[in-house]
Amino acid sequence: MDVFANLWGGLMVVLKFVPVDIAPGAASFIIPLPVNVLLCLMGALIGTLIGVLPGVGPIATIAMLLPITYKLDPTGALIMLAGIYYGAQYGGSTTAILVNIPGEATSVVTTLDGHQMAKQGRAGAALAIAALGSFFAGSVATVIIAVLGVPLTKLALKFGPADYFSLMVMGLIFAVALARGSVLKALSMVALGLLLSTIGSDLESGEQRLTFGMLELADGIEFATLAMGAIGFAEIMRNLENPETRDVVTGKVTGLWPTKDDFRQSAWPVLRGTAIGSILGILPGNGAVLGPFASYTIEKKIAKDPSRFGRGAIQGVAGPEAANNAGAQTSFIPMLTLGIPPNAVMAIMVGAMTIHGIVPGPQIMTKQPDLFWGMIASMWVGNLMLLIINLPLIGLWVKLLKVPYRLLFPAILLFCCIGVYSINNQPFDVLVTGAFGLLGYFLLKNGFEPAPMLIAFVLGRLMEEKLRQAMLISRGSMWVFVERPLSLGFMIIAVVLLVFALLPAIRSKRDQVFTE
Amino acid sequence: MKAQNRRSWLAGAAALAALAAAAPASAQEFPTKPITMIVPFAAGGPTDIIARVMAESMSRTLGQQVIVENVAGAGGTTGITRAAKAAPDGYTIMMGHMGTHGAAPGMYPQLAYNPQTDFEPIGLAAGTAILVVAKKDLPPKDLKEFVAHAKANEAKINQAHAGLGSVSHITCVMLQAEMGTKINAIPYRGTGPAMNDLVAGTVDFMCDQIVSVAQQVRGGTIKAYAIASPQRNPALPDVPTTAEAGLPSFQVSAWNAVFAPKGTPAPIVARLSQALTAAVTDPAARKRLTDLGADVPDAAGASPAALAALVKRENERWIPLLKNAGVVAN
Repeated sequence: MDVFANLWGGLMVVLKFVPVDIAPGAASFIIPLPVNVLLCLMGALIGTLIGVLPGVGPIATIAMLLPITYKLDPTGALIMLAGIYYGAQYGGSTTAILVNIPGEATSVVTTLDGHQMAKQGRAGAALAIAALGSFFAGSVATVIIAVLGVPLTKLALKFGPADYFSLMVMGLIFAVALARGSVLKALSMVALGLLLSTIGSDLESGEQRLTFGMLELADGIEFATLAMGAIGFAEIMRNLENPETRDVVTGKVTGLWPTKDDFRQSAWPVLRGTAIGSILGILPGNGAVLGPFASYTIEKKIAKDPSRFGRGAIQGVAGPEAANNAGAQTSFIPMLTLGIPPNAVMAIMVGAMTIHGIVPGPQIMTKQPDLFWGMIASMWVGNLMLLIINLPLIGLWVKLLKVPYRLLFPAILLFCCIGVYSINNQPFDVLVTGAFGLLGYFLLKNGFEPAPMLIAFVLGRLMEEKLRQAMLISRGSMWVFVERPLSLGFMIIAVVLLVFALLPAIRSKRDQVFTE
Repeated sequence: MKAQNRRSWLAGAAALAALAAAAPASAQEFPTKPITMIVPFAAGGPTDIIARVMAESMSRTLGQQVIVENVAGAGGTTGITRAAKAAPDGYTIMMGHMGTHGAAPGMYPQLAYNPQTDFEPIGLAAGTAILVVAKKDLPPKDLKEFVAHAKANEAKINQAHAGLGSVSHITCVMLQAEMGTKINAIPYRGTGPAMNDLVAGTVDFMCDQIVSVAQQVRGGTIKAYAIASPQRNPALPDVPTTAEAGLPSFQVSAWNAVFAPKGTPAPIVARLSQALTAAVTDPAARKRLTDLGADVPDAAGASPAALAALVKRENERWIPLLKNAGVVAN
């Protein structure tokens, strides 16, 4: 098998010992060090730390750390930067579970059941399952990249704007299914999310929409401001309102490790999540964000008792976390095989490679096999390191919950503000986060859930973009959405899902009417 | 009213800051602390890469770190607006480019700065040539055939660009003006997604910087008709110039240049200009950029006077072109 020989070669690149002068200057002292392994560890560690800090995302961190990598050789530099990326994905889940703050679109779903588990004193189990599920998904995704990377690229290229639009419509139906309570409330949150996503300059004409003349809104709202405000800040306000519930939560932390039952319940969700996340991650234009939402919807739909979701179901953590990590990994495929970055993080990775004198393109696999296979092998090594870093840290994180809330919440708020500011270096974004905090509190008080709004916001921008592109290319013909088989397929699934989502609601409403 | 209040407040604050900074900032000592270079685009793009290579070399000359700060938004005008309002003490400089200092006045009626009067030009850093590229199975074999094909199929073919006001957008507006066509423009958010659909064949052609397209052309996933520069580029030696290929009037380069806010003291401008000149003539930095296909100026080309003239020339060229084409971004 060529692939495995290549992977082995890649592993050797990662594990290679390089003689390093550890005391440069007068007394030089040269010893061989596994430099790439150390860089991978450093990247994973930094990534975990910044992932835990709410809002400080991989984009800002990679941008900040770029100058440090100038002195490294390109392979080592990229291994470290990739480590930051998936380390941050890991760390993001920790914050989502412990304090209900999603720094990125992909960890919104984890807040739903992960934080509920933490409230029930099972933060340790949630964190461990997230870490183990992510490790499994990451390992599988690494093999997928190595074996199927090239053929899968061709599949990604088959996705035109029309197919994309239909996929996003399907994703919106997931959003409705995410909600716990009333379907009507969920639908109104989806509508609000879509409306929020239209703020900013029109893609085609440049017309300012709903910006009220504020230049800062010309590029729309930053996702992190909405997510941290509407979920994180709102949660803090609620906790401050009734401190006694919070103390109960911190008091009853049970075992740090998942039980046998937890493992049994998580196995299939992790497998399904890995499959879903891997496929969606390959799609250009940030298809990876759909992964966790899709996984959650599926787990909820096939569960024997869907009412447990949103109340601390471990499947609702295991599946989406696996999907998230698998997608993060496979989103490297378009960049590695085609040289086309599918999302903002990959775009900055391309920038980093360019600074190191390597512009990724379709020939990178043949021209730079050491770099290509080294990077793929490093992903697996990195995932292993993340597991080694994160499992012992669980105890520490759980202890963090025991810090009195009056000390914890100002720290959380401060880090959130720093994080939001670091995205665009715009103070305005911090104010927007505060405003969304108030909105989120109002929604919470009135039984509206923010998750459907957040996914609608993310999908809204992509949907509009793809709709406009598809319609421009088809010269205004709507048929393009049913003529293309991929698009038609997604549309049919969307309709079926919608019917399934609405049916129980309609039925239960009728029951209610009858009992009254 | 409110905006005015804020502006006067800002002006007051800026004046105070300038006063505070004026005392220690004599040219001999400058710089005594790190310098911030605002890059008005996201990290990783062509302007950011050029800025980082320049910043690294300038740091060595100045003996203080030159830190790149990315302030993206509204085609780069958000970052430049902020940098223009910064204290003119030399500690905030910016990497402007063809869009922010050449074309923006033609596109943004409410632009908060004037490229010719609100800045102290420091010097040109690098230019990147623009290529006309197409999906690999588009029938025309060369640029002449392409122009004929574009005219004949005006209503059928599609042009992609990386967003309103982006280099790929406005250079294609120029190309279309030269060809006399009005072809459907499909907007994308960024070069990546636009390139994806060009490689997939969903769209027919686009114009973009050599840094963004060279690898795809070399890999044969797309084809290049011409390069809009006076000479062929060593990064893609087989691609003819527009003059060779029969459209000599289409000449355009996406230039990047360093500016300081208006009112920065002349000795400090001179010190920064000297550091920039050292950067463009530094063999290591030069090689880094030329390897990517960028054109790096010589010492004379990187002078403040040359940049002032370039900005004026570019304004005269872009503003009427974009106004005639009806490109409005705000």
